[in-house]
Amino acid sequence: MFAYTTPLVGGLLIGVSAVALLLFLGRIAGIAGILWGAVSAQPDNAWRWTFILGLLAGPLAYHFVAAVPNPPPSPLPWWQAVAGGLLVGIGVRLGSGCTSGHGVCGIGRLSPRSLVATLTFMATGIATVYLIRHVLVEFLP
Amino acid sequence: MKALVGLLCGMLFGVGLAMSGMTDTAKVLGFLDVTGQWIPDLAFVMGGAVLVTLIAFRFVLRMQKPLLNRRFSLPGTSVITGRLVGGAAIFGIGWGVYGYCPGPAISALTYLDDKTFMFVAAMLVGMALSNKLAPG
Repeated sequence: MFAYTTPLVGGLLIGVSAVALLLFLGRIAGIAGILWGAVSAQPDNAWRWTFILGLLAGPLAYHFVAAVPNPPPSPLPWWQAVAGGLLVGIGVRLGSGCTSGHGVCGIGRLSPRSLVATLTFMATGIATVYLIRHVLVEFLP
Repeated sequence: MKALVGLLCGMLFGVGLAMSGMTDTAKVLGFLDVTGQWIPDLAFVMGGAVLVTLIAFRFVLRMQKPLLNRRFSLPGTSVITGRLVGGAAIFGIGWGVYGYCPGPAISALTYLDDKTFMFVAAMLVGMALSNKLAPG
């Protein structure tokens, strides 16, 4: 099988999910926005919580039904998880969206803001990995 | 009914994330590591998703209203601000530090690694913090 089949099919499913959410509920499938709306008790909130439930149930079902093993746990230290999570949380609120809200949905509706945001977080993501893997590594014991 | 749509869309989204490799931090960091052992797979994830939204959103947004709600809830502003760029920049750094963005982090909770729970908890703290200190 073509090596990129599962990433491509996975991407198509994400796209179909975003289209269905817009078609039925008129909502943008931005996960950061949905999560924040859910925990900050916005009105008409049931769909947000069931969406999050689906985000959990979907992978459980996929790994079980397709008999694909879970990915290995990250070898990175716990403080890196905390630092990464904190920065992601601050950034998505300030920047009004994440990979799904800006990258998948915003670009899908040709929003200039989302295009700029997506190019920006791709660039800083690449720069961060470069810095950690190819620069800082020289200075670590 | 809306809750059922939410559940099904969330499941579809979650299956997509797991299938595509977005819930595997090693793959995500490998994708961002363009000067190292670059893993190009994940370009196909966003490529596939955007292909669908680019085509189908045009038709959906031509409708008067969505099927189960009174109106479309879309961001009203189109101004590119320092806040947008700065926030996206910070988000990208966090993504590169550990390898999760919000969706995959939530989905990966099902793998029951304690560091994923720490990531999601820190992410919620970060969201609350930014909402408190820089509302808008």
